Amino acid sequence: MSATTKKIIYALSAIALFLLPFLIEDFRVFQVNLVLIYAIAILGLNILTGYGGQISLGHGAFYALGAYTSAVLISQFGMSSYLTIPISGVVCLVLGVLMGFPALRLAGHYLALATFALAIAVPQLLKYKGIEHWTGGVQGIVLEKPTPPFQFELFGNELSEDRWLYFVILAIALGLFWMAHNLLSGRVGRAIMAIREQPTAAAALGVNLTFVKTATFGLSAAYTGIAGALSALAVAYIAPDSFPAFLSISLLVGVVVGGLGSISGAIFGALFIQFVPNVADEISKSAPWAVYGAMLLALAYAAPNGVMGILKNIKKRRQA
Amino acid sequence: MDSFLLQVTAGLANGGIYAAVGLALVMIHQATHHINFAQGEMATFSTFIAWAMIQAGVPYWVAFVATMVVSFVAGVLIQRIFLKPVEKAPVLTNVIVFVGLLVIFNAFAGWIFDHTIKSFPSPFPVEGMFLPQYFSGHQIGSITVTLVVLLSVFCFFRFTPLGLAMRAAAFNPESARLVGIRVSWMLALGWGMAALIGAVAGMMIAPVVFLDPNMMAGILLYGFAAALLGGIDNPWGAVVGGVILGILENILGAYVIGSDLKLTMALILIVTILIFRPYGLFGKPIFSRV
Repeated sequence: MSATTKKIIYALSAIALFLLPFLIEDFRVFQVNLVLIYAIAILGLNILTGYGGQISLGHGAFYALGAYTSAVLISQFGMSSYLTIPISGVVCLVLGVLMGFPALRLAGHYLALATFALAIAVPQLLKYKGIEHWTGGVQGIVLEKPTPPFQFELFGNELSEDRWLYFVILAIALGLFWMAHNLLSGRVGRAIMAIREQPTAAAALGVNLTFVKTATFGLSAAYTGIAGALSALAVAYIAPDSFPAFLSISLLVGVVVGGLGSISGAIFGALFIQFVPNVADEISKSAPWAVYGAMLLALAYAAPNGVMGILKNIKKRRQA
Repeated sequence: MDSFLLQVTAGLANGGIYAAVGLALVMIHQATHHINFAQGEMATFSTFIAWAMIQAGVPYWVAFVATMVVSFVAGVLIQRIFLKPVEKAPVLTNVIVFVGLLVIFNAFAGWIFDHTIKSFPSPFPVEGMFLPQYFSGHQIGSITVTLVVLLSVFCFFRFTPLGLAMRAAAFNPESARLVGIRVSWMLALGWGMAALIGAVAGMMIAPVVFLDPNMMAGILLYGFAAALLGGIDNPWGAVVGGVILGILENILGAYVIGSDLKLTMALILIVTILIFRPYGLFGKPIFSRV
């Protein structure tokens, strides 16, 4: 592909991304928002699990923490919604680094086990009476969606709250994806992957294991926490039952579907966990999970690198 | 003092269940060095099968034995069909398969038997015959059943040639294969037995916590903690760990933290053990060579 065609493709996709929310109804915009949010969270988990090789079955906990940090700051302290997003990111970063220390000593299954316990404990923790006046207990917190700062119409659709949020989330998502791409394709990314493959050899070559591993954990938690904060704004309501233990598993499903160790795969993973349950839900209340499970098994055997792996294979075959 | 003793005895009964779940986890870990995340959901599903049989009018103990048999066969089949292809795959792939199984069993339990909470009968009399002021009939019964299961597992491994073969396969797969043991089938047998023990634990805890598709989530966590506390490579450790945890849970729940944070306590316990003593109270430290 020449440089000019690339530029044209970028320009066209920018226009398409701008026009998209005005071409669909409000409820669809809301769903697209959730896809973008899930994509950020899945990217966060993928940095840790796909690139770093540290298995987390508890990233729903960071998602919940981000959402609650944002919601509590808005409802209790009247803070601006936008300001709470980076704060949630920082809170999750700190907590992620703290979680990263025990994770240093836990390899493979044991880390999965500890984080799995975290995922199961979170809903109960959120309902805890001692913090009820902050979190609203079982009732949760009702928020208001941020209002758009200006008004205009396009194709007969006005810039509604959901459409405005779409642009906010899109900007943040693009920024975070760009950052992840730069980080992972450079020296830091090589260090992270070297630790995944051969920790001892990486250490011998001068990679600071403790620092890189805990920083990876923190970064991953921060991404997922920001996604959580955005979800609180997009849904405008949070409660302990919005963050069941299975949320963490959905995120893992997203990572596996999109492809372990791939950045753009997160989008496919997010589309999958947002839309497939809706379709499967019409068959039975339990069908989405049956589909998730079957998908996990099928991918583990047939396509361990998910959608991105399949795309790569097709590309290779064409060139050959 | 009396209420304290009541907490201890109730803890003892729950501890037996945790011990059984912990033992099931230890069995699979010993044979494959994997932690089976689907253990709890498999047990729940077995309990649902027993429930369906009892609803259909099958006498309790017939249903009990039939469920054990079905669970054993299902465990063997799961290992053959789902785990064998990934025996040599990286840890992450295995974890993904376990999580997939967990989700599938949970979904099908909800799909087939729906999500309403069901009561599960206890085969034991309400009034206990031994120290009735402290033990209910079901508590004595469940402790007895757990003990019988644990004892039979012990005797199986200690005194039968098949048990010896299974131990050999777990201890040193290459050498075991050289002397003619079918290692992969031994793993399948281990899965079957773990599924069976899990089913018994499920049927014993269901009358206490009621039956629904998510019944085992908390119990599995305590089973994990029990296995870790005792040392994940030590079956007796899992039993002792389960009993300690059962009593600790009840006493802390009654006097210190209340019942809303039981799962959080399990989480803290798991993380603490993993950090400070990853081989548990009775396990052997593992050293890896570069």
